[in-house]
Amino acid sequence: MARAKLPRKSTTVDMTAMCDVAFLLLTFFILTTKFKPDEALTVTTPKSVSTNPAEQKDVVLITMDKEGLVYFSVSDDAMAEKETIINEVDQMKNLGLTEEEKKAFRRSGSYVGVPFSQLKSYLQKSPKDIPSLQVPGIPVKDTLNNELQVWIRAAVGAFQGGKMNIMLKGDNEAKYESFKGVLTALKRNEQLKFQLITDPEGVPAGTELYKTINAPRTAQ
Amino acid sequence: MAELDTSSSGGKKGPGVKKSKKLSTRVDLTPMVDLGFLLITFFIFTTTMSQPTSMRLFLPKDTEKPEEQNKVKESGALTIMLGKDNAIYYYEGTLLPDGSNFKTTNFKEIRDIIINKKKSTNPEDFVVVIKPSPESTYKNTVDMLDEMTISEIKRYALVDLFDIELQLIRATEGGGPMPGQPAANP
Repeated sequence: MARAKLPRKSTTVDMTAMCDVAFLLLTFFILTTKFKPDEALTVTTPKSVSTNPAEQKDVVLITMDKEGLVYFSVSDDAMAEKETIINEVDQMKNLGLTEEEKKAFRRSGSYVGVPFSQLKSYLQKSPKDIPSLQVPGIPVKDTLNNELQVWIRAAVGAFQGGKMNIMLKGDNEAKYESFKGVLTALKRNEQLKFQLITDPEGVPAGTELYKTINAPRTAQ
Repeated sequence: MAELDTSSSGGKKGPGVKKSKKLSTRVDLTPMVDLGFLLITFFIFTTTMSQPTSMRLFLPKDTEKPEEQNKVKESGALTIMLGKDNAIYYYEGTLLPDGSNFKTTNFKEIRDIIINKKKSTNPEDFVVVIKPSPESTYKNTVDMLDEMTISEIKRYALVDLFDIELQLIRATEGGGPMPGQPAANP
């Protein structure tokens, strides 16, 4: 192997290792990625230091958008409950919904953002039109006519015996009035435990919670 | 590995012998790396790494019976009112009739105020009363509830504003001064 001449050094670098790394990372990201679900309602949730992951199953989701309009939806895994809810609401309010309209409620990703008076025509709309529709939201601000209360009552009845996770997803800019209306609707149904969906945020250094979180580690 | 063999062994063979170019089996991997990183970038940007978290909120039951209601020692209370445009108003203990202990602050300073009050009060009596006004946003309320977690305050309550407090807030905001009084803090 001993050569007399010094071999001319090439400026090109071996790319194989880099290629390996690149594809390893690529595989990781492909496998871990979960595309942002296509949400019809854009809601920017506030941040909190809470670290509990939000529940994904058996969720009764109450959404408040920027204008404080309230929407009601049920997660898709609870199909049977969804059916019970719409039947219940139909009965309680004498809406006279057809099978077709009830099906529209059961459809994946559906949400309701109208008073009961408009529910029938709302459920007749095609799913493509709904995101662009100007809806008034479920009335909650009026204490005498808090319609969300009826929805929650129907949900409580439907989820009887099972676990129901009431989640509230509110926009930063929603006014307190709507929040209060939602709280009233929940309280009147004796649903006193629920969760607010937030974005994670670091605990500010130096605060008491920060000390508590870091205490066991420093003590060791 | 990935480069072409540039130092071909020329000149070893005798004249007249045609050099047969040895074909390298190695491929230039640079474009592949480029492609790899391009895709990585795409997936990094589209992925949602941070799962939404949830904050548990337990409401107390509304009760009419006085014996079931929690009694609050007035001196140990810190009442925080949330106004519009992220403003915070607070008072310690009870609101004086002339409103002289009604103070204005903001979200940066409220933490110190809470901690100071917590230190100076008997832990059994300490309670924070959060009163969001109709103009305050949902974010303000959640931030305030979060502040309770951050400062580890065990007892806090979410209560509606009294009329007198609402009037004071309005007067301080300058939006609607109380009749017969000039608007404070223009």
